[in-house]
Amino acid sequence: MTAGDPSHRPDRFAAPDVCVENVSFGFPGEEIFRSLNFKMAAGRWTCLIGPSGVGKSTLLRIISGSLRKGFSGTVRYGTGTDPRGITAWMAQKDLLLPWLTVIQNVCLGARLRGALSDPVRQKAETLLESVGLGSHRDALPTALSGGMRQRVALLRTLMEQRPVILMDEPFSALDALTRLKLQDLASRLVAGATVLMVTHDPLEALRLGDRIYVMTGSPARIGEALVPPGKPPRSPGDREIVALQAELIERLEAGFPP
Amino acid sequence: MKLVRLIVIAAGIGVVWQGVVVLTGAPAYILPGPLRVVRAIYLHGGTLLGHAGATLIEIVSGLLIGTLLGASSAVVMMASRRVKRWLFPVLVISQAIPVFALAPLLILWLGYGMGSKIAMAVLIIFFPVTAAFFDGLRSTESEWLELAGVMNATPLAMLRYIRVPAAMPAFASGLRVATAVAPIGAVVGEWVGSSRGLGFFMLHANARMQIDLMFAALTLLAVLALGLYFTVDTTLKKVVFWQTIKEKEEEP
Repeated sequence: MTAGDPSHRPDRFAAPDVCVENVSFGFPGEEIFRSLNFKMAAGRWTCLIGPSGVGKSTLLRIISGSLRKGFSGTVRYGTGTDPRGITAWMAQKDLLLPWLTVIQNVCLGARLRGALSDPVRQKAETLLESVGLGSHRDALPTALSGGMRQRVALLRTLMEQRPVILMDEPFSALDALTRLKLQDLASRLVAGATVLMVTHDPLEALRLGDRIYVMTGSPARIGEALVPPGKPPRSPGDREIVALQAELIERLEAGFPP
Repeated sequence: MKLVRLIVIAAGIGVVWQGVVVLTGAPAYILPGPLRVVRAIYLHGGTLLGHAGATLIEIVSGLLIGTLLGASSAVVMMASRRVKRWLFPVLVISQAIPVFALAPLLILWLGYGMGSKIAMAVLIIFFPVTAAFFDGLRSTESEWLELAGVMNATPLAMLRYIRVPAAMPAFASGLRVATAVAPIGAVVGEWVGSSRGLGFFMLHANARMQIDLMFAALTLLAVLALGLYFTVDTTLKKVVFWQTIKEKEEEP
């Protein structure tokens, strides 16, 4: 890769620490979470686990920058506070546009910014080849299985070349085996970026996370990080992982004292 | 299969029709049988086709202009909230005036020619197209927009690449309704004042008690309207293919 290569990440895009500082959110009469503080280490994979309705997705939206009003506190991306151009977002639904082909969906960001070019298409093609979807480049999303669709969504996220990647239960709708495969793939492909993945699956968090935060209670709070041993992606049969899974479930059940 | 069904339905209507004629013993100047009507079409084919051609041009022009106007006003209302706030009430109020009541005025202003009939068709289809498309534009899946937002898309790019294509199925159903009602506009226009078209021909035949001719014109009008509808429907299904996909998915 040379300096002129568009796939090369310039220094300013080096993955930063992301710090959530005193972030609170609520509706009139209902506090969802109050004064959350936690840090996503640069270039590492952080998992946020918690029960449904605790506000995980909202927190993710605040970090991604798609929620701009109605909350207080600051999110720092390295030294700056502007998420534009820094974050990429991957949701539980693949959000593939049904009128675009696979490769067009992968290039969606460039298309939206009016920056669609041959190098962009070539990069998308290379990525599709690398995940075994090369022969499906001109297929429509409806012709793909759930796992394939989520792979396309993952590539679309990667194409953005953002240093901070936010994932909202991206694999929860998949069957167990497909999920494991996609977890491995994602772990390999997003290496180097600062990742925050919201999940409600303890095993998933333990397989992929460098650090795991538990978010529980009402208003919700975030506890101390759990740091599983070894490098992700970890084997689901690992004894320590199984043991930690029990601990994680305990933490989830206990919640936090008000 | 579709064609067979169509033929069976047409034959069924013919049989019921003939049955009513036989049972009621209605004289031919009140209700002519289907065979008489077929004969009338055969004998006056040239004249009928000429009039049908005029009506078809009116309907198609009305559809094109009305769709273009309707679609643009929906997009403009979507792009600017201020325009929407002023334009939408005007559109709703305009629907309180029956278009048919405007026909004599349109003929006064635009003359006996095709212009007034095209205007009628435009007026009648404008609202269904605008309303359906605008509704579609407004109800885009919010997560698509959120994704586009994180991708740094401008509002215009979101409109162009996400909202408009996402609204195409809604727009297509508006266009289907428009295609179904556009002939009404053209024919009513012809009734009020014209020298050409199937509406004119029907009035003319009616005044001379040539009821079989009147039915012939009516039959032709129905065939015309159906043909137009199927053409538009088939085209839309091909162009807006992601709607058909959705329909398939919903089937058990």
